[in-house]
Amino acid sequence: MSHFQNDLRKRAEDLVALYPVKRSAMLPLLHLAQEQDGYLSEEGITEVAQLVGTSEAEVRGTAAFYDMFHLEPVGKYVVGICTNIACLLAGGEELLEHATKKLGCAVGGTSSDGLFTLEETECLADCDIAPVVQVNHRYVRTTTPDAFDAMIEEVRDGKRESEIPSHGTLIRVRRSSGLQAPREEIAAQRATAQAAREARAAKEQK
Amino acid sequence: MATFSAPKIVSSRKDFDDSHTLSRYLETGGYVALKKALGMFPEKVAAEVDAASLLGRGGAGFPAGRKWSMLRRSPISYLVVNGDESEPATFKDHYLVERDPHQLIEGVVIAAYALQVSQAFIFLRGEFALGLERVQQAVNDAYAHGALGSKIFGSDFSLDIVVHPGAGAYICGEETALIEALEGKRGFPRIKPPFFPAVTGLYGEPTVVNNVETMSNLPWIVNNGGAAFAALGEGRSTGTRLFALAGRVKNPGVYEVEMVKNTFRDLIYDPQFGGGLIDDKKIKAFIPGGVSAPWFGPDLLDLPLGQDEVAEKGSMLGSGSVVVLDEDSCVVRATWRITKFFSRESCGQCTPCREGSGWIERAMYRIEHGGGRLEDLDLLLDLCDNISPGLLWPPQQTTICVLGPSIPSSVNSAISMFRNEFIAHIEHGGCPHD
Repeated sequence: MSHFQNDLRKRAEDLVALYPVKRSAMLPLLHLAQEQDGYLSEEGITEVAQLVGTSEAEVRGTAAFYDMFHLEPVGKYVVGICTNIACLLAGGEELLEHATKKLGCAVGGTSSDGLFTLEETECLADCDIAPVVQVNHRYVRTTTPDAFDAMIEEVRDGKRESEIPSHGTLIRVRRSSGLQAPREEIAAQRATAQAAREARAAKEQK
Repeated sequence: MATFSAPKIVSSRKDFDDSHTLSRYLETGGYVALKKALGMFPEKVAAEVDAASLLGRGGAGFPAGRKWSMLRRSPISYLVVNGDESEPATFKDHYLVERDPHQLIEGVVIAAYALQVSQAFIFLRGEFALGLERVQQAVNDAYAHGALGSKIFGSDFSLDIVVHPGAGAYICGEETALIEALEGKRGFPRIKPPFFPAVTGLYGEPTVVNNVETMSNLPWIVNNGGAAFAALGEGRSTGTRLFALAGRVKNPGVYEVEMVKNTFRDLIYDPQFGGGLIDDKKIKAFIPGGVSAPWFGPDLLDLPLGQDEVAEKGSMLGSGSVVVLDEDSCVVRATWRITKFFSRESCGQCTPCREGSGWIERAMYRIEHGGGRLEDLDLLLDLCDNISPGLLWPPQQTTICVLGPSIPSSVNSAISMFRNEFIAHIEHGGCPHD
């Protein structure tokens, strides 16, 4: 029985088919597993291991390297606040401190209602609107404590759901088709192009 | 005085709210260059890029044309686009993927045609959720428009592009680490030699890895010719470049500026760019090219924005991000935060980087937060010297990749430029700014 529910298994198989080597689909598949469970569950890891043809230890070892993958459950909304150089100069540390009070949890912790997990992030590449805040990797662009509080209330009240899906859902736009460039034809084309190129090069040398 | 005569090459659609859509792209000259390129011999397209002397816009500044020529005789290969923009205070690729994804895709198809590659991957950092959705939508629309897929625009050329999300790791911006991540592994940079993925890249096959901005320049170069691009700028720094300006300035943002013709002063102070410092404070220092670059003082404000010009003064234009510190900014805190970043993002393969970054971060922390000792200053420089012997520029390397030698840049700069501030912290028993 597949752990991936509904169309997720099909989406996962479609992803694997995009790569010349199955294991390349590792990161996209881990994102999918996280989309379903909100974090990387044991069952999710097992399913990914099976899909890419490697061991669960390999999958877990790979996932642990990357900041975006959570091996423990997190809140429905992961709030990331940057304190790197540009945000530091704009009060990122102070905003992070404020967020711990607003959400009632330490950095790395989850609010008591289980809704929000707070993270201190490295640079999120939106430094002209600093300090940068992301919720589930969507830029919310709240740079003051008041704006931050208002945003949190909106998220809590479900007013931002179209913009900010639950944690784990990363890319909502589905790829419209599989690979289209015909493989055999390409190999033949390459050979022809190579021959033509060599012929032209030889001509130029004369 | 700032000059504005150069055309906008990669940010021409900046004023449109719908710049990411196919319809806007087509209305503003989109996919014309691709049709033109498909009517040329592939090596002629590559020759135009060579003639443009387009330097890679990722950080290392390696000429794109030369990267390609290493590959041209190889029969099977992949094109990988590096959109893992993670260098602190760099946000120009963010602009390009979110606001002009079709320009990127057109550039990728042109490059793939020049290289005769039939599969390309666009690797975007996972934190770009909107960017990932926009690029995926643009890829879908490009397939439907005939600009991607089988027999592009009726030619014999076919190409697939796969959008690949990263998952949060600075090191994946290093091209061999990016390839490892694309192979579904931890983002560990590969041991060199071979130095270039052109020799051994994705799945061990010849691969070209180019930055998002580098690719985004290609439609303009094909439309206008490499010579027109090379006519802009000066010396080796041709064309225009996106600069991401951040820190204590009135108007932080992404600005497209002609190379060399403008200076750091223009970028920071001109009303059309940075507009000067917040509250008109005095500038204390600036970082010219991402936090891996050594810092400059106000005496170098009149330095032109050119790759070799900045290199001559002992730093780099790097990823094109300029960070401004004002007279009240705490350089110790800034340096501590930068070293904390490197300590967190070191992949852990090489001892000097893994251990050195953490040790430096701890010493910096105690100077900033109380408990620093005067001998810590020599200790810090000694640790830096162990990571990058001699503290030279360009740096010596004791590690697999350049993350290691990037660590000493800010530490060495800050201590040599602002030693008194470090001493004040130590004597005060913490940060006097608090």
